[in-house]
Amino acid sequence: MEQTVKNPADGAPDYNFAYLDEQTKRMIRRALLKAVAIPGYQVPFAGREMPMPYGWGTGGVQVTAAVIGPNDTLKVIDQGADDTTNAVSIRQFFAKTAQVATTEKTAEASIIQTRHRIPEKELREDQVLVYQVPIPEPLRFLEPRETETRKMHALEEYGLMHVKLYEDIARHGHIATTYAYPVMVDDRYVMDPSPTPKFDNPKMNDMAALQLFGAGREKRIYALPPYTKVKSLDFEDHPFEVQTWEDECGMCGARDSYLDEVILDDQGNRMFVCSDTDYCAERQDAGHRGPQHHDQPLGTADRGKAAE
Amino acid sequence: MTQMNEPLLRVDNLTMMYGDRVGCKDVSFELRPGEVLGIVGESGSGKSTLLRSISAQQEPTKGVVEYQTRIDGVRDVYQMSEAQRRLLMRTDWAFVHQNPRDGLRMNVSAGANIGERLMAIGDRHYGNIRSNADSWLGKVEIASERLDDLPSTFSGGMQQRLQIARNLVTSPRLVFMDEPTGGLDVSVQARLLDLLRGLVHDLNLAVIIVTHDLAVARLLSHRLMVMQQGKVIEHGLTDQVLDDPQHPYTQLLVSSILQN
Repeated sequence: MEQTVKNPADGAPDYNFAYLDEQTKRMIRRALLKAVAIPGYQVPFAGREMPMPYGWGTGGVQVTAAVIGPNDTLKVIDQGADDTTNAVSIRQFFAKTAQVATTEKTAEASIIQTRHRIPEKELREDQVLVYQVPIPEPLRFLEPRETETRKMHALEEYGLMHVKLYEDIARHGHIATTYAYPVMVDDRYVMDPSPTPKFDNPKMNDMAALQLFGAGREKRIYALPPYTKVKSLDFEDHPFEVQTWEDECGMCGARDSYLDEVILDDQGNRMFVCSDTDYCAERQDAGHRGPQHHDQPLGTADRGKAAE
Repeated sequence: MTQMNEPLLRVDNLTMMYGDRVGCKDVSFELRPGEVLGIVGESGSGKSTLLRSISAQQEPTKGVVEYQTRIDGVRDVYQMSEAQRRLLMRTDWAFVHQNPRDGLRMNVSAGANIGERLMAIGDRHYGNIRSNADSWLGKVEIASERLDDLPSTFSGGMQQRLQIARNLVTSPRLVFMDEPTGGLDVSVQARLLDLLRGLVHDLNLAVIIVTHDLAVARLLSHRLMVMQQGKVIEHGLTDQVLDDPQHPYTQLLVSSILQN
């Protein structure tokens, strides 16, 4: 049955609810069900052309379109931020085509589409996290043949993955892979968490929320059902570690979140801020302050300082 | 000792057809542990086809290849599950290609190349893998300081030795070699042959070596099989075949080498 938007006059009346037609959504949902049934397994799906270029989240958008309903509340983040181009345009896309409520607050969202980060705030069972994935195949780096990588997945031949990590240690003295860090899912499939920083890998393990991954260009869907075991690959004598920072967030003083470095001028001044904008804003609202916070909009304070 | 006398590999009536064309026809032989079998013949005589069929890379049209596995006893290679077969191929077997680029990963270091098989069978200790790779580099006469270098920075002879190290690291019992000295100059060839002969002897390897170079065959192999147009035309001890060839083609082959 065709769904219609609540008030067609406000949205995009010529389009079906959430842009994709119902047959396409069914096809994607079937792929999603299979993906959930086999955690970490890459399910091929007939990816559609979306009104945005490949690399901008076409896979994630299709997954979101297939699972979103009129009562959902959508949050979209890009590098943890709600206010970057990619996040804003995808949020507006669904606000227009599905007329759903949108939010920047992690706690209020029922569906969160993300490009890189997993929100700092712990997710709940009633939430769904949708990842935009550029390269779903973790073995691609060393084995370009798709026929061969599929066989390797099927037969659990994952020695090659460690060759990559070995090479990292041999060249850099430690495992230098900081994003798209390979994980073993449910002791069976090796999966690429894609451009997610390895800082977020531990959050994937045993997560209460459903995690769905969509790769538009490569036309693959994979998933992690709630409370799935996700283990980052490592060596016995070089165990998996996440990034740490010596600094705290300049705005909210957080020491437990993923920090972005911001260059302030050409004099070598810089600051670190939380990449998760919602997390940072919430902490500031609660009265937390970092060293660069001057209770003024960012930029104003620095301009004042430069004039002194 | 009884195991020494049981064949490691048994090939029975192996035939490989490419449509109407014959790749190799009705080849049968046995190979015992520590034995080196040379297969010689001119280009197009079916040597490589035979080698691929025996080494489980290309299923033959007809015939049986049986291997004495470490755990399960004698198994028909083509009746095994693909997972078992691939495990066999990367642990108990080894394949040395003529062109080292086919057998090496050119975009990772020498150490990673040697370590790959170890990691494939579950070794997860970086320090152990690295020291193992280092010791193998020594065994094939490559300096330790080249451990972290890419194979593309190696000379042809070094690449070939690296390929051998990478294959032997899991202590295989059966090694397939396809023209291992092809494309190398004569002095490098001699060194490589010397090295191979030492390794084969020390590790008690069974080897099937395909070559068109009779000198290589004489130096390495105990037994020799001569092929022509897909068929084995002569089979015997190496010295016997080369010193007293019976078949006209073998006589031609032997006489075509310059004698002093």
